[in-house]
Amino acid sequence: MSTLIDATEQDRRTPTDALLEVEDLNVRFPTEDGVVHAVRGVSFTMRPGEVLGIVGESGSGKSVTSMAVMGLLPGSAQITGSVKFRGRELLGLSDRQLSAVRGKSVAMVFQDPMTSLDPVYKIGVQIAETVRQHDKSVSRQAARARAVDLLKMVGIPNAQDRIDAYPHEFSGGMRQRVVIAIAMANQPEVIIADEPTTALDVTVQAQVLEVLKTAQEETGAATVLITHDLGVVAGMVDRVLVMYAGRAVEKGTVEDVFYRARMPYSIGLLGSMPRIDAGEKQRLTPIKGSPPSLINPPPGCPFGPRCPLHYAKCDEQEPDLLPVDGADHTAACIRVEEIVKTEVAAEDIFSQDSADTTLAAASAIGAGAEDEAIPIEEIVAQHTDQDAPATGGASTVGAARNDEAAARRDPEARA
Amino acid sequence: MLLYSIRRLLASVLVLIASSALVFVLTAQTVDPLSVYRTRQPPPSPIFIAQKRAELGLDKPILQRYWDWLVGVLHGDFGNNINGVPVGPVLFQKLGVTSRMVAAAMLLAIVLAVVVGVVTAVRKNKASDYVATIISYILIALPVFWFAVLLKVFVAIKFNELVGRTILYTASEESPGISTYGTAGEIFKDRFQHLVLPTIALAAITYAAWSRFQRASMLDVMSSEYMRFARAKGLPYRKVLLKHGLRNALIPTTTVVALGIGAIFGGAIITETVFNWNGMGRYLTQDGLGQNDINVVTGWLIVSAFFIVLFNLIADLLYAVLDPRIRLS
Amino acid sequence: MATDVQQVTAPPAITETPVEREFTVESRSQTQQALRRFMHNRLAVGGLVVWLVILLISFIYPHFYGFTFSQQSDALSVGPGTAGHPFGTDDLGRDLLARMMRGIQRSTYISVLFVLIAGTLGVTIGALAGYFGRWVDNVLMRIVDIILTVPILVAIIVIAANFPSARSPLGIALFIALLGWMDLARIVRSTFLSLREREYVEAAHALGASNRRIILKHLIPNSLGQIIVWATLGAAAAVITEAALSYLGYGVQGSDTSLGSLVAIGAQAAETRPWLFYFPGVAILLIVLSINLIGDGVRDAFDPSANRVR
Repeated sequence: MSTLIDATEQDRRTPTDALLEVEDLNVRFPTEDGVVHAVRGVSFTMRPGEVLGIVGESGSGKSVTSMAVMGLLPGSAQITGSVKFRGRELLGLSDRQLSAVRGKSVAMVFQDPMTSLDPVYKIGVQIAETVRQHDKSVSRQAARARAVDLLKMVGIPNAQDRIDAYPHEFSGGMRQRVVIAIAMANQPEVIIADEPTTALDVTVQAQVLEVLKTAQEETGAATVLITHDLGVVAGMVDRVLVMYAGRAVEKGTVEDVFYRARMPYSIGLLGSMPRIDAGEKQRLTPIKGSPPSLINPPPGCPFGPRCPLHYAKCDEQEPDLLPVDGADHTAACIRVEEIVKTEVAAEDIFSQDSADTTLAAASAIGAGAEDEAIPIEEIVAQHTDQDAPATGGASTVGAARNDEAAARRDPEARA
Repeated sequence: MLLYSIRRLLASVLVLIASSALVFVLTAQTVDPLSVYRTRQPPPSPIFIAQKRAELGLDKPILQRYWDWLVGVLHGDFGNNINGVPVGPVLFQKLGVTSRMVAAAMLLAIVLAVVVGVVTAVRKNKASDYVATIISYILIALPVFWFAVLLKVFVAIKFNELVGRTILYTASEESPGISTYGTAGEIFKDRFQHLVLPTIALAAITYAAWSRFQRASMLDVMSSEYMRFARAKGLPYRKVLLKHGLRNALIPTTTVVALGIGAIFGGAIITETVFNWNGMGRYLTQDGLGQNDINVVTGWLIVSAFFIVLFNLIADLLYAVLDPRIRLS
Repeated sequence: MATDVQQVTAPPAITETPVEREFTVESRSQTQQALRRFMHNRLAVGGLVVWLVILLISFIYPHFYGFTFSQQSDALSVGPGTAGHPFGTDDLGRDLLARMMRGIQRSTYISVLFVLIAGTLGVTIGALAGYFGRWVDNVLMRIVDIILTVPILVAIIVIAANFPSARSPLGIALFIALLGWMDLARIVRSTFLSLREREYVEAAHALGASNRRIILKHLIPNSLGQIIVWATLGAAAAVITEAALSYLGYGVQGSDTSLGSLVAIGAQAAETRPWLFYFPGVAILLIVLSINLIGDGVRDAFDPSANRVR
């Protein structure tokens, strides 16, 4: 066992090197209706020990990205770009070559613990299997002992006995702990957790996140945490990548994205989530409509139809990730400079009402195809006028907004 | 597991007893042992018929008749046929003959079905899948006797002509009298040569449907998340397929195969008829139904019922061995 | 309140561009999608076409054809293409094509009847056992177990042997159907047993859906793939079983005929009059094959998940 850990520790002596580099990743699925371009030019870099959160709605390509990194997409998927682990290209490797990486250097936690484990094998066998797969010199007894240790680490009581239980004898939360135990079995350098808490009870979610944190600390692995739950991200990650319609639309540190979101979609996403750090009277603002189809998407910004800041120029070309604030913070919006200037918040531009009957109604807020950009100040002013009667007491709104504006300007003070 | 096995065993015994009642009632209601006399010219007197009825015990209440028969069967006495010969020994001799064919065909069919089912599932929509699929579709679509006749008349006979001597026998289960004069080796070789064609015919027809089932079940398992997770653990694709995929995909197949034994008995009758085997099939159709011999038919049915129940029990136990969710519930 | 604002701010005439930008693919119902997938499956469509063509010929062409199925001529046992008989004649000089068309009509009748009767029995009994479990399941499945201890073909033979007068196409269909529903019942039962544990069934329970509704709206539609697969295999099996009965001498009797009887007669004449062997055999092969292809296509159409697997 100890030799195993020593070896990995030696590998980690060059902390500045990127562990995992994903460059211009594109995934296309041929379907009956046409080619679905599920992931479009996603790039990110993971450094040792770092935690990256990938955030987005269902269907935004988060999970497909992780599956592509692991090489677990079905054979019909067309993948281009580059996925490098410690400088070694993973795309195009044979299954056998990839198998040596999977579960050893890069491990994964799946979304649904109810279906992740094979129902016919004891969980101890399933843990030992991954240990022995990557190190044939480990004896059965040693692998079993390691399995018991791992179960203890993820907080399964009576690990010694439970190791001989079958998955169906475990609850969902317990099964996810087992899955995490399997993921950390070989001291991986990268753990990809694909919505690890989504399928679980709320009460269990926090526990499983704790276990995941333990796993990360225990293994020192860089972690990719994929989720649509921003609360999960806020507590755990260092950097955030926001995905929309298969693209990265904003990247930055967790402070950048949470307090200085610059892409209207990220702004809207934050506005739709209750926050403990925003005054008491925070108003939630949904994003109307739904993500676009990824078959033959029209030119221009994919968020355009749902965006309150949308105008004609947005439909001409899909915006690249442009730097804002600092070098590491980028956002894909052509109006990013204006947004930086006005420090606009979700409730300033998104309507708070939840009626989402038609897309046409959603577009009424701001997605009309105006030829000229309406200055953001004007949109905000209009918007406040519309919303004011609905909430009553404009003063409280103003107060809450001031609170948050302060928070935005000075995140360190809060931390 | 032990408790489960005992429960299943007891249930099987009960099913067999119920089955014996069903079988007895079925034959008692349909087979008329006196029809030989009724069709006689000139018609025998009603007194003669009544005498015969009493002689055969047909005038007793059916429950009484069933009880007498059941007690006999439990003592190994299956009654006499219409000519007064005990049914039991003949039946078991025929059973031995038929078992040779059924066992060989089953074995071949199971191996073929699993291999073909898995390979076609893994190679879905590739050339090998299409070829295997077309073959099994054609076999499923053919009556067993038509395929057997094709094999016999247009393959085996031509093959023998080509080689210039009889290698594949097309009729009977063994050369007449060989068991009296042949050495053990000669008998084995002779029986094997007789066995080849019926086995192929029976196995081909049987495996085709099973392989489709195995393929579907394998595809089902292959789309499951634990297969993907097993690969994420670092197991190579092939190992995942065999260790996790096949293992899970075999669970439903065992049931289907066990149920298929019943169909095999039917299929064996037809195959035996095509290849003129002197086994269970001919015994049922000619000696039993052909002569309206009630004891032959009931004896036949209870023996086949025994084997079907036995294989269902085996399937249940295998199912439990293979699937912990069943075993532990 | 909030919706009021929405209505005020939403002028009636702004439905133009955005909708189109968001969804370039029109939505379809599940059945439409299944139909579309089916129509994209070349094998299945091929099967459907072959089957329809055979049925059309068999049901319509006899009205225009020169020979009836029972009409005897002087051309005894002539080969294909002789004396105006495209498929030849049998030993009584009856035209083989005419007899095959008649046989296909009767066999279609038998298999349709079989699927309807046995399908209803099997789904009902399997659904009751699988859904209610406990003693209902126990009683029903033990009955099935007991019936299944007699090989189906043998049971039919025993009955058919002693009721020669009942051996009309209708009678044969009934014999086969009354002994042919058990496998479906078992299939439906086991599917139900696993389906009823699924979350959406629990959800339906929680919402107060009645048992009847859960069975009809959730469980049967989700077992539909397997029921259809059974129905096709069953229809095919009925045709083949009928042929087997004929071969053993317990098939359709009297002046009428069936495809099975023709194949059975042909099998006995394989060496002397091979056309009597080939033509009906190929016909039964084509019919059963095309039905199975259709069934497979339907299953794939309803269960697209199977297509996504590597």
